[in-house]
Amino acid sequence: MGCNELIVCENVSLGYEGQSVLTGLNLTIRAGDYLCIVGDNGSGKSTLLRGLLGLIAPQSGTIRRASELEKGAVGYLPQQTKAQKDFPATVFEVVLSGCLNRKGMRFFYTAAQKSEALMNMGKLGILELKGQSYRDLSGGQQQRVLLARALCAASRLLILDEPITGLDPAAAQDLYKTLTYLNEKEGMAVVMVTHDLKASLRSARTVLHIGRRGTFLGTPAEYLASPMGRRFQEEQS
Amino acid sequence: MNILQMFSYPFMQRALIAGVLVSLCAALLGVSLVLKRYSMIGDGLSHVSFGALAIAVALRVAPLWFSIPVVILAAFLLLRVADNPRWNSDAAIAVMSASSLAIGILVISLTTGMTTDVDNYMFGSVLAMTKTDVALAVVLCAAVLMLFILFYHKLFAITFDENFSRATGLKVSRYNTLLAILTALTIVLGMRMMGAMLISSLVIFPALTAMRLFRSFRGVVVCAAVTSVLCFCAGLTISFAFSTPVGATVVAANLTLFLLSCLFRLLRR
Repeated sequence: MGCNELIVCENVSLGYEGQSVLTGLNLTIRAGDYLCIVGDNGSGKSTLLRGLLGLIAPQSGTIRRASELEKGAVGYLPQQTKAQKDFPATVFEVVLSGCLNRKGMRFFYTAAQKSEALMNMGKLGILELKGQSYRDLSGGQQQRVLLARALCAASRLLILDEPITGLDPAAAQDLYKTLTYLNEKEGMAVVMVTHDLKASLRSARTVLHIGRRGTFLGTPAEYLASPMGRRFQEEQS
Repeated sequence: MNILQMFSYPFMQRALIAGVLVSLCAALLGVSLVLKRYSMIGDGLSHVSFGALAIAVALRVAPLWFSIPVVILAAFLLLRVADNPRWNSDAAIAVMSASSLAIGILVISLTTGMTTDVDNYMFGSVLAMTKTDVALAVVLCAAVLMLFILFYHKLFAITFDENFSRATGLKVSRYNTLLAILTALTIVLGMRMMGAMLISSLVIFPALTAMRLFRSFRGVVVCAAVTSVLCFCAGLTISFAFSTPVGATVVAANLTLFLLSCLFRLLRR
């Protein structure tokens, strides 16, 4: 695979226990891409993310991932769990845990890793929250903390699962701006599963719609003009 | 009665050493279990260990060597159930608890009869700790401390966010299994002193208390360990001085500290 290719899916089928939720998918994610994955509930968006992350193997076809991804250098932003909401941990502790994948056999963090964590916190404007407890933050701040952790883990690819769930409109706006910044200025590839069609299509360069009647892959403009896009828009509004 | 006099009895020395070590292990493991929402697993395991103990006594085999594998097996099973979204995990744990209790009581009443033994298993006895128990507690405690010192950062990452940890290449299920095994061992060891009905509080209370007092993970871990050991020592001393059952006294000490920490948190707001 080419050096700027991060993930290449060829004719991939994904699913659980013999049941496919997604078939015949061809998708290439390159450095600097901005891909939005949309689709109905239960259409297999989360399953696709798990496949991209290497957590499940495809039932058929191949998913090739760049060697750095195989080593765990993925900036993953999972959906928040209930248990995290009241988790006693400082912001610094959480962000620093993103560096774990490069710790190797060492048991403690190096000074370089600590300063990298601080740098990523600065980038996302949460440096002054360093000693605060994660559970005392607002939803938007928590999302920034998790994003800073993701930046510690990866330099080329962010994968986000419904990142604006539970955020107020202003915080959601903020998050989109940050993602655009990271994508345009830092060359981070962004792959995002989302329900928020309007806002996400403004920044995305590619859309993947997963539906029960097949998939669509193209630019936002092409998507909005396609029958699939039109129907999905109507259902949303 | 003099406090020093209390430790002139060998059984009290054994109870103190084993109890302190088991409380320390329970508190450390408890932080992870409580934060991962696995508290009920601790409770389920203590009931299973009661059933296992009853069967071991009926079969006249050494209780520890019989209970340990059974409870570890149960821990595996409960973890599987808890992680499988298709299972109703709290119902499964409740069913397992009640069944183990019922089997244990049936076995006891069919063999030795409902004697004071049952009472001791259920609510603990300070006399229960043997030299083997103390030795095992030392080994267990060393293992738990090593896990928490060497793999502290990994444990934090897995406790905070399993999905992220898995995606960034941590072997999450390996750590979960290790936690389950160590928890099972802690419960089996502590159960005869603390009682099957009370041992799970040793896992849960210190973590809850510490979560109310500290805002960092490190603070919570250290605080849970310290409160757990303190409460055990206080409970043991009080139970000796006032001839109360040791398990219940230790739980009462934990409860007191927990209520105080709730009050402290309310006042701080």
